[in-house]
Amino acid sequence: MTDTLEHGGTRRSGTVPRTLGFVARKLGGAAVSLGLVAVLGFFLFRVLPGDPARTMTRSAPVSAEQLAQLRHRFGLDQPLYAQFRDFLGNLARGDLGTSYTYNRPVTELIGERLGPTVLLVGTATVLAVLLGLWLGTRAAWRHGTATDRWFTSVGLTLWSVPTFWLGLLLLMAFGVGVGPLPGLFPVAGMSSPDVPPGVLPRVLDVAHHMVLPCVTLVAVIHAQFMMVMRSSLLEEMGAEYLTTARAKGLRDDAVRRGHAVPNALLPTVTLVFLHLGMVVAGAITVETVFSWPGLGLLTYEALRVPDLPLLQGTFIVLASSVIVMNTLAELLYRVLDPRVRA
Amino acid sequence: MTTGGPSADVRARRPSALAEGWRAYRNERGGVFGLAVLVLVVLLALSAPLLTDPAGLDVTRVEEAPLRPPGAGHWLGTDESGRSVLLLTWWGARVSLLVGSCAAALSMVIGTLVGVTAAHFGGWTDTVLLRLTDFFLVLPALVLAIALSTVLSRGVFTIVLAIGVTSWPQTARLVRAQTLTVQTRPYVERARALGGGHRHVLGRHVLPAVLPLVFATTTLTVASAIIAESTLSFLGLGDPSRISWGAMLKSAMDTGAVTAGAWWYLFPPGLGIAVVVLAFTLCGRSLETVLNPRLRGEGR
Repeated sequence: MTDTLEHGGTRRSGTVPRTLGFVARKLGGAAVSLGLVAVLGFFLFRVLPGDPARTMTRSAPVSAEQLAQLRHRFGLDQPLYAQFRDFLGNLARGDLGTSYTYNRPVTELIGERLGPTVLLVGTATVLAVLLGLWLGTRAAWRHGTATDRWFTSVGLTLWSVPTFWLGLLLLMAFGVGVGPLPGLFPVAGMSSPDVPPGVLPRVLDVAHHMVLPCVTLVAVIHAQFMMVMRSSLLEEMGAEYLTTARAKGLRDDAVRRGHAVPNALLPTVTLVFLHLGMVVAGAITVETVFSWPGLGLLTYEALRVPDLPLLQGTFIVLASSVIVMNTLAELLYRVLDPRVRA
Repeated sequence: MTTGGPSADVRARRPSALAEGWRAYRNERGGVFGLAVLVLVVLLALSAPLLTDPAGLDVTRVEEAPLRPPGAGHWLGTDESGRSVLLLTWWGARVSLLVGSCAAALSMVIGTLVGVTAAHFGGWTDTVLLRLTDFFLVLPALVLAIALSTVLSRGVFTIVLAIGVTSWPQTARLVRAQTLTVQTRPYVERARALGGGHRHVLGRHVLPAVLPLVFATTTLTVASAIIAESTLSFLGLGDPSRISWGAMLKSAMDTGAVTAGAWWYLFPPGLGIAVVVLAFTLCGRSLETVLNPRLRGEGR
C-alpha cells in the first residue's frame, strides 16, 4: 500500500482521504439505518400493539392475574421510556429478550436457526445470480430474436408466480409424487433421522433436502436479475468501444466477455444487493412450505401465536443483515468501478 | 391540480395527447394482451354476486364431499369442506384486486408526496427524506408488512395499510428524479419568475409532467402488491372473514391437499395470482415504454 502511495505521487494522496471520507459516510449511514431498525423494532412490537400482553394471548383465554404476571415478566408494566431505555441497553449487549412460547432467550433461538437460512438463501442467491446473469447476457446479446423473446417471457412469467405457490406445486410433483410416480425428494425438514454416520452421507442428505426449496427460490429470484442484466447490457450495446473492439478484429465472444459484460455487470451488482430483501421475503414462505428449520420458519411459527419478542428479534436480525450486506455492496462497488473510484 | 382546472388551451390539447398515447400503446402487443386479460378479470370479479350464489361459500350449507376431484357439477372439484373451488376462486379475485389496487394507490400517494417534497424544497428536507427513502428501500418490505399486520387487528384495511406503507420508496425515488428534471425546464423557471408560488408551480407544472410516469409505476406496484397480499394471506395474516387466493392456498396447505395430490385445489388460486400479476406487469412495462421517451422504439 505504501509502495503504491509513493509511486502514485500527488494525485494518489488526494484520493485516499476522499476514499476514507466515502467509507466513513457509508458506515455512518449504515449506523443510522441500524439505529432506525432498533427504533422501528421497538415501535412496531411494543408501542403499536397497545397492550402486547393482550396481543400475545389473543388466541387463548387468560385471567387478569395471568395478564398482569405476563406484563411484569416482559417489563410491560414499566413506563414506555423506561422500556425503551432497557430495550436499547439489552440490544447493545446482544440480548433480544425472552421468547413467549419457547421461554428461552431469543438470541439463542435465532442462533440455532441462522445456519440453515444462510445455507439455503446463500446457495439460492449465488445460483440465481449466475443463472440470471448468464440468461440476461444471452438474451441481450441476441436481442430481438426468438431466444430473447423466449427468455424474457419465461422470466416475466416466473416473476409473476408467487414463490410459495411454486413451492407447493414442486412439493406435490416431486416431493409427494404424482399418480404412479413416487416422490423423488423429501417433503419436509433439513435432514433424515436414519442417515448413516460420516460426513459425506450427511452432507448428501442435507443437499437432497435442499433441492426443492432451492429450485423454488432460484426459479423466482433469477428472473429479476436476468431482466436487470439484460437491460443493463442493452444500454452498452450501442457503445463505441464495442465497435472499436470489433474493429480490432476480436471475435464476438471476446467482445462480449471482455468488454461489454464487465461494464454491464456494475449496475447489476448494486441491484442484486438491493434485492436481498426480496430474497429474504422469499425465504420466509419457502421455509414455511418445506418446513426448512431456518429463520423464516421461526418467523412463521412466531407470527401464529403471535410471539412478539421473538418476532421483534427476527425482524431486527433480518433487517440489520440486509442493511449490512447493502453497505458492503456499496463499498465493494467503489472498489469494482473505476469510474466511481476516480 | 390543486389550483383549479387546466386552462382551455391545455384542455383542447389533452384528448389528442391521449389518443396519441393510445396509438403508441396499441403497438405494444404484451400491453394490449395484459389489458384485455385485466378487463376480463375485473368484469368477472365485479359480476360475481350477479352470476353466482354466495350461499355456496358458506361452510355450513354445503352438501358435497370434501376434496372431490373435478367432475360434473363441480368443474374444478371441491375444497376441504366441500365448497366449489371454482366459486371460491371466482370470489377470491375480488379481494386480490381490491387490496392490490388500494395498496398501490396508497403507495403512489405516499411516494409522490415524498418525492415531490424532497425535490422541490431541496436542502435539508431533501437530505432527510432521501435518507428515509433509502432506508425503507433497503428494508425487506415483506418482513415489515408481516410485523404491521401481526400487531394490528386483522382486516382488509390493515393489509392495505401494511403493503401501502412498505412499497412506496421506488415511487418516491422516481418522482424525485423526475421532479428535479422537470424543474430545470424553462417553463417552470418562467412560472417562478412570474411570481408563481409553490402551490402553483407544483400543481400546474410539476405534477402534470410527473404523473404519467407515476401511473406506469403504480401499475407495476399493483402487481407486487397482489403478490404481497397473497403472501400475507398465505401466512395467515389476511382477513379471516373473506376468501382470497392466498388464504385458499393456506387452507390447501394446512388441510393436507398437497399430500392428497389435490391439484385441482392448488392450481386455480395460484394461476389466478400469476395471471393477474403478469397482466399488470405487462401493462406497466408497456406504459413505461410508451411514456418514457428514453425507452421508446428500442424494443426493451
